[in-house]
Amino acid sequence: MRKVGIVGIGHTVFGNLSEFDLVDIMSFASADALDDADIRKERKIIDQVFVANVGAGLLNHQTAIASSLVSRIDLEPAMAETVENGPASGASALKCGYTAIASGMADVVMVTGGEVMRAVTGWKATDFVATLLHPEAEYNYGLTLPAFAAMFTRLYMERYGLTEEELAMVAVKDHDNGIKNPYAHVPYTCTLEGIYGSPDANVVNNLIADPLRLYNMCPVSDGAASLVLCALDSAKMKHFKKKPPILIQGIGAATDTHCIHHRKDPLELKAVALSAERAYKMAGLGPKDISFAELHDAFVILELAISEEVGFFKKGRAREAVVQGLTRIDGKLPINTSGGLKAKGHPLGATGVSQVFELVKQLRGEAEEGRQVGNPKHGMAVNFGGFGNNVVTTICSKE
Amino acid sequence: MIVDELEKKLRPPEMGLAPYPAKVITLASGEKMVCREVSREEAGVLLETIFPLIGVPDDFYDIVAVRMYSEILGWYRYRVANEFVIVGAIDGEIAGIVTSRCVDEKVGMSLHTLTIKRGLRVGAQLFAAKMEHHLEFLNQEEVWIVAESPIGFRRWMIEYGLENAYDRYPETHHELGGVPTYVLTKEIYNRVRDEKVTGVRPVPPELLATAECLRVPKEYPQLQRYRRGGQKRRGS
Repeated sequence: MRKVGIVGIGHTVFGNLSEFDLVDIMSFASADALDDADIRKERKIIDQVFVANVGAGLLNHQTAIASSLVSRIDLEPAMAETVENGPASGASALKCGYTAIASGMADVVMVTGGEVMRAVTGWKATDFVATLLHPEAEYNYGLTLPAFAAMFTRLYMERYGLTEEELAMVAVKDHDNGIKNPYAHVPYTCTLEGIYGSPDANVVNNLIADPLRLYNMCPVSDGAASLVLCALDSAKMKHFKKKPPILIQGIGAATDTHCIHHRKDPLELKAVALSAERAYKMAGLGPKDISFAELHDAFVILELAISEEVGFFKKGRAREAVVQGLTRIDGKLPINTSGGLKAKGHPLGATGVSQVFELVKQLRGEAEEGRQVGNPKHGMAVNFGGFGNNVVTTICSKE
Repeated sequence: MIVDELEKKLRPPEMGLAPYPAKVITLASGEKMVCREVSREEAGVLLETIFPLIGVPDDFYDIVAVRMYSEILGWYRYRVANEFVIVGAIDGEIAGIVTSRCVDEKVGMSLHTLTIKRGLRVGAQLFAAKMEHHLEFLNQEEVWIVAESPIGFRRWMIEYGLENAYDRYPETHHELGGVPTYVLTKEIYNRVRDEKVTGVRPVPPELLATAECLRVPKEYPQLQRYRRGGQKRRGS
């Protein structure tokens, strides 16, 4: 297969951008990616565009987003498709882009993910996300993603002895990174005293779905991110001289049962483990080679569980790594250097693309002061769809 | 101070409200927010704080700011009866302001809640403090409440589970007008109190001293408009 590099990146602020049209937001990120790749004038060299989005039809009353984006940023006659794969849409779109180039169908591909979720109330947004659950066995009984995450957390606590304090420590670490990220939705410091230790913590960090509290879960966000990919053996690489390409070294995806009650052990995230295994195999790497990772912490418990499934830590031991500071920006294996979904935000379709945007920034050495990992070689992103039923893992490396 | 005879006629009769005892709330950021009642003499710094937000349409800051400005000005010039103002201050810097007044001994009327420091639920804590004053220190039976923004409606009407008093119109009618009046009764308050009201008393003297001299905020997150690609925040 051909080698594929990331040659341009763009990102909007994540937050409440509901005053903007969805395609406008995607256009902002895409235009920034064109500028970063230094091909705004030569943008017609892009052969194909993949757009990641989940809720345009339901939340924004808009469909055919890819056609709209291509037209808005003047990329016709490029091929264009929208990819919808729940919260893993972003990484799935990247995988489609990678495949298009690796197969020889395209030389240059743009992958843009975006979502405007705050056009509706928080309850409607939660209900919208819950539509990814099984309609009869789960959704009809009132289950939501926070409810699943709460049950998952409770079971994890019982089995491995995880404490609320340790969960709070994950949030504090994420916010420490997020406050330095100019794109973060919640760029605020939180402290262990503020969200766990003080007499006021029960109110300022209120229960949402027992045992999960406000600071144990990501916000509902709007935003977009964009990547430009190119085949390293293509003649079109001559256009991308401004910055060295970051190699997509491995991509793996996997699925698990739609209904969680069909899993033998609800704490086992098989799709995460298998997608990582496939990505490692393709990259010729293992967990010990990874310098830093962006893990899909829509709920902070997932940062711990995913980090175990991809082989960074033994089962039930990730909490010790957090306590020891191993996953902090200055630790042995920094996790969620962007602030993660917890502090950076989670616009569904944008998230997977944004995670890889962060890998590229770190590998280029362009992360903001205070959140740059020291000389990273390989970064991993895990984009988690459903409640672990459709997962995509990406490994990027310096060329 | 000598008050002119005609001015005396213009001033409303006052009930003489019990004071609100100061408390300190530890925010999620770990910052200590002193929550205390302000005096008329401090109205100037409050008006100065509110003024820049009068031009911010996002999240209805404009209407809340302009109305709160007039409420505090009216209170300062003795044109509003039985009003009180509570601020939240972090190291003396104003993080949020709430205004409210008493209709009579039994009924309170919540006026406005203005949050300057966002993302830490400062407004929610100050609103709760306002309700605490009405129902615990002024010992009133109920508080009438309206909302002008979706955030307010969500935080008060829905999260507190307020009683819709539409069928009690016109006997129960909030003077801000417009939308139906909702009511926080003592029963509802007692049900949600532990989830909503927080803070520690007494405030340590050295902490209280930091909030003695209130200061205008250095930054207004509401005045930083969205910039593509985060350029504004990146450079700030």
